[in-house]
Amino acid sequence: MTMLPPHGGKKLGLVIDLDTCVGCHACAVNCKEWNTGGHSAPLPDNDPYGSDPNGVWFNRVHTFEAGEGTDSRTVHFPRSCLHCEDAACVTVCPTGASYKREEDGIVLVNEDACIGCKLCSWACPYGAREYDTDAGVMKKCTLCIDRIYNENIPEAERVPACVSTCPASARHFGDLGDPNSEVSLLVAERGGEDLMPEMGYKPVNRYLPPRAAKKDQGLHGVGASLPWVTDAATGDAAGAGKFLHWVDRVLSR
Amino acid sequence: MHPAYSVIFFTTASGAGYGLIALMALFGVLGGVKLDPWFGAVGLGLGALMVTGGLLSSTAHLGHPERAWRAYSQWKSSWLSREGVLATATYVPLVLTAWGWIVEGSLTGPFSVFAVVLALFCFLTVHATGMIYATLRTISAWHNRRTVPVYLAFALLTGSLWLHALAQMFGHQTPMLAAVVAIGLLLVMFLKRSYWRLIDTTPSPSTPESATGLGALGKVRLLDPPAMTETFIQREMGFSIARKHSQKLRRIAFLSYCAIPFALTLLTSEAGPWIAIPGTLAAAISVSIGVVIERWLFFAEAKHVSMLYYGADSA
Repeated sequence: MTMLPPHGGKKLGLVIDLDTCVGCHACAVNCKEWNTGGHSAPLPDNDPYGSDPNGVWFNRVHTFEAGEGTDSRTVHFPRSCLHCEDAACVTVCPTGASYKREEDGIVLVNEDACIGCKLCSWACPYGAREYDTDAGVMKKCTLCIDRIYNENIPEAERVPACVSTCPASARHFGDLGDPNSEVSLLVAERGGEDLMPEMGYKPVNRYLPPRAAKKDQGLHGVGASLPWVTDAATGDAAGAGKFLHWVDRVLSR
Repeated sequence: MHPAYSVIFFTTASGAGYGLIALMALFGVLGGVKLDPWFGAVGLGLGALMVTGGLLSSTAHLGHPERAWRAYSQWKSSWLSREGVLATATYVPLVLTAWGWIVEGSLTGPFSVFAVVLALFCFLTVHATGMIYATLRTISAWHNRRTVPVYLAFALLTGSLWLHALAQMFGHQTPMLAAVVAIGLLLVMFLKRSYWRLIDTTPSPSTPESATGLGALGKVRLLDPPAMTETFIQREMGFSIARKHSQKLRRIAFLSYCAIPFALTLLTSEAGPWIAIPGTLAAAISVSIGVVIERWLFFAEAKHVSMLYYGADSA
């Protein structure tokens, strides 16, 4: 079981658009909500109302700053299992509890065989696996295996919970093994990236980098047709710009 | 990395145990020590006790120790599984060698084969322990060519010092034993120093930029972590308490596993039994404490790449 299946088949995964993600954490919350009643249920919540609430989450949203000064960007960064093609979390598992499905590439944990040694979490560069202290087993993103193949819910909802809930449509789900799938085309168009390619684990999930900032946008578009805005932007106060300049000076005192 | 006491105890005790058993077997088969049944029983028995105690303690950090038997199944891919298989298999030549030494009073014929196989299995088991760590690309302090030799050298050194102390107690000390101790000391001194130099000067290939894929925008730093409190990943991989004392701890460890055993062995092993026995025993205890500190540092100094997502600027 812990041997990896051959490459080349279906590779279900996520494409996450870092340009449009607004960092609302809805994907993380809906993930927790669905999965605490799903395949890996329940997900522990220790000390939920105390000073040190902690528990298992399959999806966590980090916020990074990249670049310096006016060129810097704030980038919200949802992080979950990348369902790697060469998943080290699978091959290190001594019991075969950790496995990668041949039919769709999803990496799962058989909780009945897991001894809770945590070695898979050490092997994962992405911090995607979290240990359930109540059940004594490792847990991880299942790519909502209990939604995507679930014939009891409407077809439109057969996507991972994080994808269905994203208000910014920053998350996309599909087969990254098929070069003509919507997600593969999106990755090709936007230059989707692997995280930590140097680790060599061939992650399936891809991240679309933020689009280049339009640094001079203040002098284009709507702004260009409003002279007082243009003047204020260039520091040359004229007309209404004088008033705004005065307000700025007063407020700056 | 969070240093789990059970894992530190396991690697330390089993390393010493396998070292002791392997040296007993080799010295026995080569005629380097007298095949005194009591000496054999105590030596192989102490080794077996260290190994078994270590193996049992290693199951203490498991979420489901009662399922530990399942770890025998994945030897094709997992070094942890291989370690379990090898450790268990070692009991077979151990019992056969002990039989030859204690009951038959001879390690010739088939028993010589059992003894050599026993030493080989001890070597392979410690090698597998080292490989569990050395194959983790996520931890650059472990994923290098020094990790496995260091584990093997410490097993040799601790085993040789315990064997030396036992040989003194039973009056079977030989210059060859002291020579093996000296080889162990030299190996450990050289290998551990070069290990520390390596991890101090080799940065991980991973950076916050490669972890996020945002390098094109410039330097990447964490603005907001995903949760207000520590996650499992931070607790398990982000342990850094001992790191700020690492230089001091390295010196204490070196004193304890190298300098003190060297001085004690040199000064006491040729003296009369009333000095030699406590002296060599103190050397064995000192090296064991030193290895515990060294193993603690092995974990505490190791940085995991996943911490790049939690604000680490290097891994």
